[in-house]
Amino acid sequence: MDYATLIEVLGSTLRLGTPLLLACLAGLYSERAGIFDIGLEGKMLMAAMASGAVAAMTGSAWLGLGAGIVASLIFALIHGLASITFRGNQLISGVALNFVASGATVLISQTLFHQGGRTPPLTGDARFQAITLPGAEALASVPYFGPFYAKVISGHSLLVYIALAAVPLTWWLLYRTRFGLRLRAVGENPESVDTAGVSVIGLRYTAVMLTGVLCGIAGAYMATSLQAGFGREMTAGRGYIALAALIFAKWRPWYALGATMLFGFLQAIALRPDVIEGTLHMKIPVSALDALPYILTVIVLAGFVGRAIPPRAGGQPYVKER
Amino acid sequence: MTETTDAGRQATAALSGAAAPAIELRGISKAFGPVQANKDISIRVMPGTIHGIIGENGAGKSTLMSILYGFYRADAGEILINGRPTIIHDSQAAIRAGIGMVFQHFKLVQNFTVLENVILGAEDGALLRPSLAKARKTLAHLAEEYELDVDPDAVIEELSVGHQQRVEILKALYRHADILILDEPTGVLTPDEADHLFRILRGLKEQGKTIILITHKLREIMEITDSVSVMRRGEMVATVKTAETSPEELAELMVGRKVLMHVPKAPANPGDTVLKLENLRVTDAEGVDRLKGVSLTIRAGEILGIAGVAGNGQSELLEVLGGFGAGKVTGRMEVQGQEVVLAGHGATGQTRRARGIAHVPEDRHHLGLILDFSAWENVAFGYHGAKDYQASGLFMDNAAIIRDTEGKMERFDVRPPNPHLPAQSFSGGNQQKIVLAREIERNPVLLLVGQPTRGVDIGAIEFIHRRIVELRDAGAAVLLVSVELDEIMSLSDRIAVMFDGQIMGERLPAETNERELGLLMAGVAQTKGAAE
Repeated sequence: MDYATLIEVLGSTLRLGTPLLLACLAGLYSERAGIFDIGLEGKMLMAAMASGAVAAMTGSAWLGLGAGIVASLIFALIHGLASITFRGNQLISGVALNFVASGATVLISQTLFHQGGRTPPLTGDARFQAITLPGAEALASVPYFGPFYAKVISGHSLLVYIALAAVPLTWWLLYRTRFGLRLRAVGENPESVDTAGVSVIGLRYTAVMLTGVLCGIAGAYMATSLQAGFGREMTAGRGYIALAALIFAKWRPWYALGATMLFGFLQAIALRPDVIEGTLHMKIPVSALDALPYILTVIVLAGFVGRAIPPRAGGQPYVKER
Repeated sequence: MTETTDAGRQATAALSGAAAPAIELRGISKAFGPVQANKDISIRVMPGTIHGIIGENGAGKSTLMSILYGFYRADAGEILINGRPTIIHDSQAAIRAGIGMVFQHFKLVQNFTVLENVILGAEDGALLRPSLAKARKTLAHLAEEYELDVDPDAVIEELSVGHQQRVEILKALYRHADILILDEPTGVLTPDEADHLFRILRGLKEQGKTIILITHKLREIMEITDSVSVMRRGEMVATVKTAETSPEELAELMVGRKVLMHVPKAPANPGDTVLKLENLRVTDAEGVDRLKGVSLTIRAGEILGIAGVAGNGQSELLEVLGGFGAGKVTGRMEVQGQEVVLAGHGATGQTRRARGIAHVPEDRHHLGLILDFSAWENVAFGYHGAKDYQASGLFMDNAAIIRDTEGKMERFDVRPPNPHLPAQSFSGGNQQKIVLAREIERNPVLLLVGQPTRGVDIGAIEFIHRRIVELRDAGAAVLLVSVELDEIMSLSDRIAVMFDGQIMGERLPAETNERELGLLMAGVAQTKGAAE
């Protein structure tokens, strides 16, 4: 693999890792608060459809993003109602929402656009365009760093940078603020929060809403930036991969960046079978390469990658003891 | 209100002059569905005193304190703090009113540091750094003032239970609590830790704090309180000055009849060795050594009591002896001179029972009973293959089991005596009597019994102790595991103290005291030669 190819693969790693990163951070807020959310996938899918549809109708990527966030928030709210207010089983609620999203997205887009469950292709302002960071052209001639800056760091859509900025922001929120302390506490021992006079329900809803916002951005990114429009099942299990990455990351923001970029890298090299063949000097079927992120998911979930201790109160509805 | 209560009120009022009570409850009532947990309860606690509240399980103590701390809302009645009527609808309001609560089960975040736990919910602003710095200073100050020293940067799960409890007290003091409620604070402490706690409480009292101590241990009430209120079945039956009462009187008030504090028992008359245990070692699945070479013997007609703070290997000992030990088990076990398979193939509850080993497990809800099943079904468990329970080779004789259960319920005074009720509808004491009846009436040669009176009312404790002594007098060997030192002292013929998976030493009850046992329980090396 030469340097130019490596640069290309890394650039596409970042693009493909972004929705995973957003979804992973989304899951982090929810699970840190003690609410398991297996419905990241469904929320992303809903957001992708809503943003694709609205962007197509209005021609504005920003309105599309807003619609994606709203759609995802609605699903987050339903999950919150089921698991916080009505103390239902969080896994079942999440799975149910995924099924609903899978059917509803195709149904709605087919009803609106009659294009086989897709939204019309997006062009121009209906998509988030790549941003060229200042100095990218000037530095392009600098050996090694120039191309790296121009093609890996620069040249992505705004949403990629938002996702990257969300990592330190999440870390700061979690470990340096009152909100973060309470959020972490409510996922470990909600009774301690309750007896300290802080609302368990309020905190958990806030966390679930944050999850909704981030999943919304992730979905909108899929439809209005990574690709040009919504297609059926376009999230392709990214919500589940993000969950695996979250476990891999031990529920920590910086680790989440590393874990999701690893998955993103696997997805990126799967797109370049020629590179693999050139590097390993053997032919590997494309379908095997496509399966790499999912295989890593299974390995992570089976617990081969160290012991990860989830938040202790995770998955349990909070009931004041009698 | 009874006359006793009025007399008690005057008594408490006299203690600290004419000042307004720190806490006054007037006519508090609370019902959970058809159950009246608190009935028209009035109580006055004077500032700067330690006030005890005792009562049996389910007497309504915890409900009352939960109302005071804003966890529940009272159906009727009012709360006055320092003479002012105060509405407490949530914990936040209780904290504002200057009330701090130390729950029986600590409300700490296990993987947070002490500082983080202390500031949780009492932060000064949106950012943590200033709050943490302030808390660090305050904690240093409090540590000096009240012997409440805890490393502020220690993570909770690495602290001993006694230290965790100090964190809870610090939490309350950090929130400027003037009134401190402690719910069964000594249940998890070694005697030494309990002494330290009492020193802390006395220090707090000297600084003018008001303390409410909820407990079922009469000894603690007598040792530290100024006045004491007794609850029975949701009602406040008496408030008296501690100096003017006695444990016997308090026990009688709690139960509503005379109670024998110590079951009378004749000196043991030990016969042949029944249980012989040599060098028992257990390593659990995580590779932690739970038992590190335990050897002991029990003879017929003898009760060996195992004392120790919970979690020092007693549970593993009972599990292995009962035939369901887990992990890697080595050593040798003999019953009546014949070897018994310790663990693995051939070690089951069934094979143990066949050798005359009966087991009343520590955790009756998980190991002793199936709560959803009826009393008669629970009586049949483990003995469902017995001849008298079998109609033919294929079917159980349910009618015979039900008849037998009725008999057992009568002999063991189980109330209500209805074999068809599910186990969970009985009180803790009556559930324990069902388990005990099942195990004892098969005349075992060896009875393993863990925490026989945990969650059992004082009236039933007397009954259960009597039955265990009777079984001993009938010639059975008894292995008694309990974290209640009083129980160990009054029942055992010999006492072995466990610490960290080892027997620290054996003592005769007549030749030792709680202080010496407490040192052994805390792992302080043997000071004089063990009995063996």
